[in-house]
Amino acid sequence: MSAIPDQPIRARNEMLHRVVTFMPPAFWTLVCLIIFWQAVVTLRNVPEYILPAPTQIAGEIGSYWHRLLPNALVTLSEIALGYSLAVLIAIPLAVSIVYSRVIRRAVYPLIVLSQTVPKVAVAPLLLTWFGYGMTPKIVIVIMMSFFPIVINSVMGLRATTPEMLYLAKSMGANGWQIFWKFRLPKALPSVFAGLRLATVLSVIGAIIAEFIGTDKGLGYLILIAGANFDIARQFAAIIIITIIGMGFFGLISWLERTMIPWREQTEIAGEG
Amino acid sequence: MNMMTQTMAEVAEGDPHIRIENVSKTFLGGKKGDVEALRPVSLDIRRGEFVSVLGPSGCGKSTLLMLLSGLLDPTAGRITIDGEQVSGPNSNLGIVFQQDVLLDWRGALDNILLQAEIRGADMKAAEAKARELLEMVSLTGFEDAYPRELSGGMRQRVSICRALLHEPPLLLMDEPFGALDAMTRDQLQIDLMHLCAKRDITVFFITHSIPEAIFLSDRVVVMKPRPGRIEQVLDIDLPRPRRLAMREDPKFTGYVRELTQTFKSLGVFREEH
Repeated sequence: MSAIPDQPIRARNEMLHRVVTFMPPAFWTLVCLIIFWQAVVTLRNVPEYILPAPTQIAGEIGSYWHRLLPNALVTLSEIALGYSLAVLIAIPLAVSIVYSRVIRRAVYPLIVLSQTVPKVAVAPLLLTWFGYGMTPKIVIVIMMSFFPIVINSVMGLRATTPEMLYLAKSMGANGWQIFWKFRLPKALPSVFAGLRLATVLSVIGAIIAEFIGTDKGLGYLILIAGANFDIARQFAAIIIITIIGMGFFGLISWLERTMIPWREQTEIAGEG
Repeated sequence: MNMMTQTMAEVAEGDPHIRIENVSKTFLGGKKGDVEALRPVSLDIRRGEFVSVLGPSGCGKSTLLMLLSGLLDPTAGRITIDGEQVSGPNSNLGIVFQQDVLLDWRGALDNILLQAEIRGADMKAAEAKARELLEMVSLTGFEDAYPRELSGGMRQRVSICRALLHEPPLLLMDEPFGALDAMTRDQLQIDLMHLCAKRDITVFFITHSIPEAIFLSDRVVVMKPRPGRIEQVLDIDLPRPRRLAMREDPKFTGYVRELTQTFKSLGVFREEH
């Protein structure tokens, strides 16, 4: 075989290889699934009111954008507010559980026990108390996302070994220094595991809350579209909420990598 | 024979740096009731002396170290360092554990500097000092490496540097090389001697290894378990600096034989089955 005519083919292969490996394998699996979906719907003439094709859903997102965007912003603000408040409540609570024997024994078991109460069942009650505005949605988002943050933060703050504390004391460290220089950094990986889990739950919380009673938000749009048998519109709203969830998860993961650089080291080295 | 069996205080010549007087420790209210970890022991340690404590698990050697550090209070008796009684955590010392206890989130240099940070020392001087220590244990170039990027031996060397940063008069080591492989262990013993030779420091060193205790020490204290007591104190009369080749020296092997015999008589070693 002569090497010269081979050259452009090889260059093109090289290019293709680069494009493919730029995205993770899972992305290409997703692409394949979408193509398969499109093919089935088109080839078998599945009616739109049963299962719309990906192209029809994309079209729906485009034409319905003027309603999707403002409602997405409502849902997004419920999630952002509820999640932030959950963090603000959960982390100090976790610290007090670790530092106070009384709180650990008198309050912590109740927090754990409270998780057996289905949040969806409580939602109508919150509506009665807080009306149809943003408040009950935010409360439900807090209820959903606060628990994993508390549990994981408590676990993380307790991960400090006796030897670490002996070492700190042999250096003459005071309680404040032990917290900031030993306990808190040691807890960070676990805290972030909770924060990541809470992003997913906060999105679920917001949608549930909007299902129960409201006239705004993506949950509301899904409900209305469902009542009208408008499947494409339902899919459009589901895709938007999924993108919000993924973006939120990505944001927290990015924050985690930034704040815990010592954990990523080998992975980065492995990529090279 | 420079072996002496003793239960009473051995009074060293001059003023002892550390005096352990009839110190005992009983842990109250455990699962199996009270546990007598240490029956009254007495020991004097001279300034600059390297003392090893040798004994099987449960002989109270770690308890003794904790009492010296002030992290535990004795049930009875008293410990004085330079005439001052130890009560509550003593921060005028360095401490090294079997686990290196390096903080995952700090590089090697920052782990050493933690010592200065907590003490509120001059950071600039501390950093120069820390770099010098790293150089002495051949870790130049690893200043920014996170603990997970270092081998077990390297990590333990960093933790020794951390314990020495503030030039403490006393270094407590609780089986510091117990988790390392034999070759790394030899190297660290040499590194440790090298570091100690350069400063006026008293070392209280706990180990399970007979050759390690002899190789490093001026005196080896043998303890026996349940409850912990001192069985024997052996002076090691070998010149310094010590070399690895000394381990084949008849004097060295004589000490090994003597201590092995002691542990046999204590029932720690059983050869017949």
